[in-house]
Amino acid sequence: MATQELPGGQLPALTGRRSNGAGARPEVAIRGIKARPTGWLSWLATTDHKKIGLLYLYSTFLFFMLGGVEALMMRLQLAESQNTLINPQTYNALVTMHGTTMIFLFVVPVLAGFGNYLVPLMIGARDMAFPRLNALSFWLLLFGGILFYVSVFFEPPNAGWTFYTPLSETAFNPSNGVDAWIFLIHLTGLSSILGAINFIATIHNMRARGMGWARMPLFIWGILIYSYLLVLALPSIAAAVTMLLFDRHFGTGFFDVVQGGDPLLWQHLFWFFGHPEVYIMILPVFGMISEIIPVFSRKPIFGYKAIAASTAAIAFLGMLVWAHHMFTTPTPVVVLAFFMLSSFAIAVPTGIKIFNWIATMWRGALVFKVPMYFAVGFIAQFIIGGISGVISAVFPVDWQLQDTYFIVAHIHYVLFGGSVFGIFSGLYYWFPKMSGRMMSEALGKLSFWLMFVGFNTTFLVQHALGLQGMPRRIYTYQSANGWGVENFISTVGAFVLAAGILVTLYNVVRSVKVGKKAGNDPWNANTLEWFVQSPPPENNFDVIPRVRSAEPMKDIRREVAAAGRPAGSVAQPVAPGT
Amino acid sequence: MIARALPRRRALLLGVAGALVLLLALAPIASADWLTPESGGSSNANDIDTLYKIVLAIGAVIFFGVEGLLIYATIKFRRKRGGPEPAMVHGNTPLEVGWTVGAALIVAIIAAITFVYLPKIKNPPNSSANGLQQLAGVEFASLTEPKPPNGKALHINVVGQQYIWRYDYVDAQPRLTENRPVFSYYEMVVPTNTTVVLQINSADVAHSWWIPTLGGKQDAIPGHNNYTWFKIPKPGVYKGQCAELCGNNHADMLAEVRAVPPDQYRAWIAAQRQGILQSQQALAAQRKAGEGQ
Repeated sequence: MATQELPGGQLPALTGRRSNGAGARPEVAIRGIKARPTGWLSWLATTDHKKIGLLYLYSTFLFFMLGGVEALMMRLQLAESQNTLINPQTYNALVTMHGTTMIFLFVVPVLAGFGNYLVPLMIGARDMAFPRLNALSFWLLLFGGILFYVSVFFEPPNAGWTFYTPLSETAFNPSNGVDAWIFLIHLTGLSSILGAINFIATIHNMRARGMGWARMPLFIWGILIYSYLLVLALPSIAAAVTMLLFDRHFGTGFFDVVQGGDPLLWQHLFWFFGHPEVYIMILPVFGMISEIIPVFSRKPIFGYKAIAASTAAIAFLGMLVWAHHMFTTPTPVVVLAFFMLSSFAIAVPTGIKIFNWIATMWRGALVFKVPMYFAVGFIAQFIIGGISGVISAVFPVDWQLQDTYFIVAHIHYVLFGGSVFGIFSGLYYWFPKMSGRMMSEALGKLSFWLMFVGFNTTFLVQHALGLQGMPRRIYTYQSANGWGVENFISTVGAFVLAAGILVTLYNVVRSVKVGKKAGNDPWNANTLEWFVQSPPPENNFDVIPRVRSAEPMKDIRREVAAAGRPAGSVAQPVAPGT
Repeated sequence: MIARALPRRRALLLGVAGALVLLLALAPIASADWLTPESGGSSNANDIDTLYKIVLAIGAVIFFGVEGLLIYATIKFRRKRGGPEPAMVHGNTPLEVGWTVGAALIVAIIAAITFVYLPKIKNPPNSSANGLQQLAGVEFASLTEPKPPNGKALHINVVGQQYIWRYDYVDAQPRLTENRPVFSYYEMVVPTNTTVVLQINSADVAHSWWIPTLGGKQDAIPGHNNYTWFKIPKPGVYKGQCAELCGNNHADMLAEVRAVPPDQYRAWIAAQRQGILQSQQALAAQRKAGEGQ
């Protein structure tokens, strides 16, 4: 409280700017910082969490483009029955590369990228706990991705991203692409585990004074639980791929029936990782949405504790549902029933979040900027993915749905309609902080509508295709099946969706150069990253504000308005000796 | 500003109304099996279809309710100049407890309905009087295979291999040899009105047996036996294909089940046996001729 009595002049490094008139916003100019090193070497050698975060974002969006092109090639092949554009082997390679890329090289690491950039800023820290480990995490990811993509020039793997044994064993898949995938899993897995440990250490130890667990931003809750899930789930797939590597090259028989192994073991190990992975890909996005909805509703988040607790509940239950991917395997009914019930249970905390977001919007004053468009689109589409998830958790019903386009539609509604729309919301929301410039609203809205229409055109009809009996991962189909019309609609939608993504890409490239200057806090946001300059200086904070609620920036603005004093003078604790 | 805002709001409302009309128009398409699984071949497929429709109906109520709230909120609570200040509420415990309990109740109801339908889907009925009689009652020596109440079913062993299905008619007499039952590839022929129990396994990689109109799919995993059943009242051809990625030509691994009256089935088995024996003899003769040269 002593801080409030200080006159602004006592903190020489901090001065308020632009405090004129009604639009007064707290902005802090920090002087006396050495110019940041420039040139490509500064990127190679950096241990700055923001630069590493940007490296993550650049690389993962590049992989996103590659995965997207693979998807478009598949959609072209399926646009009509008995199409001969792509041969079966290439098609299966595309299936495998697309799934692997989107999961291991885009969604999981792009969230690590946002986390890297934002975690220290949001909790009021100057960097991650282990900056060099942080750099290592990124380079492991990049080299994992390169190693995997190099296989394109030899024999890319074509066993599907799930690499079910025995198909992925040497006898049926001698291609070294499978080995490239195994090393991709090891490298990106190591990257994620090290990154997760870093997040956990940072979030537990380096929060600003006053930021107790109940004042931590919900995005930080998402990243924390994401990190714990990574640490718990990744060892399972690391073990599985090591066993596969030994089976393929050193004569073991973990998954070989003839040698006393069991192919189902692979499925269990894979999905024991694979289902938590689904929540790894969505929990930080839930966190983003929980940050963005209140800011653009001009209202506090509804039920902060329920949202944080439901994140933890989803993660716990998420470790107990893996065999719902295996409802059609030879498994006793009582086991199937258990996994149905655990999958149902997870619908409850997920539903709580959706209700909380809508309740946050309720009686708010909604400001429809682009991040809010994507956030509302996220909720609308995630509801569909959630409902189709409950339907396919009913295991007798899943006997009809499993491995069909219904499931393809379901995962894309949660992973694209959910995660990717959330990531785009986050991109539009934090781009001004990262670049110092605003993105074009008009282009952003155009991009949103193209993506929204394109996405739903692509994937809504795929539910019907699956229900009509179209299995997933087939390179072609007979015209007699009558699946031609829906497949054509889906292909058209995919190109509309791609156009929408390109508009955002153009928006980013353009706005970096000519975007309107953003200032520190363009959205009237709630969390500490908006306290610092855009882009933030290398040390983030000269003086770390004290946190008094879950919305520290709102407190700072209020105190500024009450005191009529410059922003920096209000919330800052006094450094000893000043 | 207000003048501009009103038409936009009206346009949004119009859009919502239009979407609702479109969805109502979609209802007949839904009844035309667009939005429901395939069925009509066997009672288990029909029961899955019914169970799906019940869950879909519950899902549809939730869908329209929640999306409706979302759309309403986006229209009603847009920031307006001179509009009401946003309500500074942080939560509402009774409301939150309420929707938590509500969500839990809904999934509990779905679980209860599933367990009501499960026995009908999982357990086969007896063969009808006009089905194949004198069923040998050979079983797969498995505790988990589905059994009709009277224990009498026709058993067929289904083997997946890249990229074709093989069927061993283990009950059919006479056999090819003492240990070798009559078999066929791609097309399975079965008697109508007869409970057919399938044992499914694989000779190489994982496959999945699926004829949508005859019920759910079951994976064919090397080293494991999986089971399903069907009972087809109407003669006809029921098509499907492998549902688990099994290699490059996975898409070409098609299957069909032809249901024929029991006497035709017996005749077909006899003819198939004859055909296989003849071709084996012809092959043996050819080999002999080859050795002679």
